[in-house]
Amino acid sequence: MLLNYIKIAWKVLLRHPFYTFITLFGISLTLTVLMVLTSFLDHLIGSHYPETKRDRTLYVMQMHLQDSSRTSSSNGPMSFKFLTDYAKSLKTAERVTITTFINSSNAYVGSQKIKLNTKFTDADFWQVTSFEFLEGKPYNEQNIANGDNVAVITDDFKKHYFENSSEPVVGKDVEIENIHYKVIGVVKASPVTRPFTYADVFFPYTAPKSNYQGTGMRGGYVAMILGKDKADLPAIQEEFQSHIDRIPLPIIQDGTKFAVMDVKSVPYLENFLGSILNGNPGMKAIFFGIIFFVLFMLMGLPAINLVNINVSRIMERASEIGIRKAFGAPIRTLMWQFIVENIFITFIGGAIALILTFIVIHLINTSGMIAYADLTINLYVFVISIVVCLLFGLLSGVLPALRMSKLNIAEALKS
Amino acid sequence: MPSAPCPTPKIMISLQNIEKVYRTSTIETLALNNINLDIKKGEFVSIMGPSGCGKSTLLNVMGLLDEPSSGTVQLDGQPVMKYTDKELAKLRNQKIGFIFQSFHLINDLTVLDNVEIPLLYRSTNGKPRQEYAKEALAKVGLSNRMKHFPKQLSGGQKQRVAIARAIVGNPDIILADEPTGNLDSAMGNEIMTILQDLNKEGATIVMVTHDEQMAKRTHRLIRLFDGTQVL
Repeated sequence: MLLNYIKIAWKVLLRHPFYTFITLFGISLTLTVLMVLTSFLDHLIGSHYPETKRDRTLYVMQMHLQDSSRTSSSNGPMSFKFLTDYAKSLKTAERVTITTFINSSNAYVGSQKIKLNTKFTDADFWQVTSFEFLEGKPYNEQNIANGDNVAVITDDFKKHYFENSSEPVVGKDVEIENIHYKVIGVVKASPVTRPFTYADVFFPYTAPKSNYQGTGMRGGYVAMILGKDKADLPAIQEEFQSHIDRIPLPIIQDGTKFAVMDVKSVPYLENFLGSILNGNPGMKAIFFGIIFFVLFMLMGLPAINLVNINVSRIMERASEIGIRKAFGAPIRTLMWQFIVENIFITFIGGAIALILTFIVIHLINTSGMIAYADLTINLYVFVISIVVCLLFGLLSGVLPALRMSKLNIAEALKS
Repeated sequence: MPSAPCPTPKIMISLQNIEKVYRTSTIETLALNNINLDIKKGEFVSIMGPSGCGKSTLLNVMGLLDEPSSGTVQLDGQPVMKYTDKELAKLRNQKIGFIFQSFHLINDLTVLDNVEIPLLYRSTNGKPRQEYAKEALAKVGLSNRMKHFPKQLSGGQKQRVAIARAIVGNPDIILADEPTGNLDSAMGNEIMTILQDLNKEGATIVMVTHDEQMAKRTHRLIRLFDGTQVL
């Protein structure tokens, strides 16, 4: 039966190449946009290199301070000391790393300026993340204790900074902001869309200009807290919160007295949305509402268009419908036939969309629009795409099928 | 010794007080007017009358393709007026085979796939379905055209495919709406012979025709005029 439906669907496609082109063009374009979007979202929030343990990591990115009159507030990263006292000391965590967010610097090759991003991190940074070392090794506690001027650089920076990038560079010097550092390791770069790990050069936090000695609450540091297991995250959050709750209020920061202090350890997605929406929970509902609306428009409008094309095309099959009904097809079976046909067509569109998505993703990855982008179509993206195909097929198939199946047999046979 | 009385053949199709009215916003047309008709099992009946007299409408009512405005239809003793769409579909599938003047083959399917259609809705598995379809095609002499598409066939061949499709499910009743209407006389004769053979094998056949010669080859003739049975 299914084969018969698919045979018919295929023949119907071949019957009017122009209509087929319009239909498939609409479906594949819509699905391409959705797949690229899904892939991009997955790239942004999924567990990918070098943050492959995101699913069991909590992020502490912002401190929010407010005075009692609510006239002044202060938001931003924290001091190294604050995070050492309240995050590093967590007993429920497997490991905690403290790192600066992103700092801008310059380096010079001859007279040419290279703009670069740097990070000051502790030694645990290399354990919490999963950087691939192409050369050398990360700096360790000893380097940090000694205050060694060492650096881990990315393969991309190596390519730009060193004349002969095919030679190993471990042990060589790089000069950044008039300070000489010895290269201790070379890693494969992290994309710019992963700000907790993105940088061109990594220094130990005891290197010059890191400002790790600041004694206030605020500073330039953030933390990643790695749990042993995903299930441990609530306990870690609770422990972190209990640490925060012990801080006596009000606190004085840069001469201002703040009565309210808020710091949270949250999973990546929540942190990501929080930073987009400034942590306002009401705004999150609006954000998701907008996402839902955009997705609905992306899928709904082409589906309505497809319904329109399908309804008009179905009328030219009235005779076939009449015959099938005359020979015993009940309405429900005929409806299924048309829905299956539609899903089949949608899947052809889906296959085209998959190829287009590969091309678009390849273009994004190689264009340099997003530094070190590594967008992929993984199983997750693929499953979402299949579900989207099914939804799209159902959306655009049900109404025409319903209309067609109610055709009077005698009338249908006259056409 | 007196011979045993012949058992009365059972009624296969029974129509009582059938009326069919077509209504538009401005006009009402009486297509069938008080039709009372019994067709016995194994009969070969032809229906004649001028164009627009209601012949096809009557056949559609018999075949459960159209609902009468009033009256009752019984098929093989079962009153069908209160049947649901699903029950009607099942009855059509198991009891009736249709042959149409314009063949109504699905051009996108091969001859074999077309013939298989009634069996699709009986949930017959793929292999036996093909076997039955091949047998039906052999019966109408088209075993060598199984993989062809309808557009590759002549009118007579198309009608033979339509007959194969009508008989593949071994129905009790065959309803033929001008089956020779689109064919030349030689082809028409050939189709008529096939129908007569099917009737000899036990099928009850009702045929709408314009051709007196064809009608003479059936057991009984029913004449309609303006929706009323006149013979």
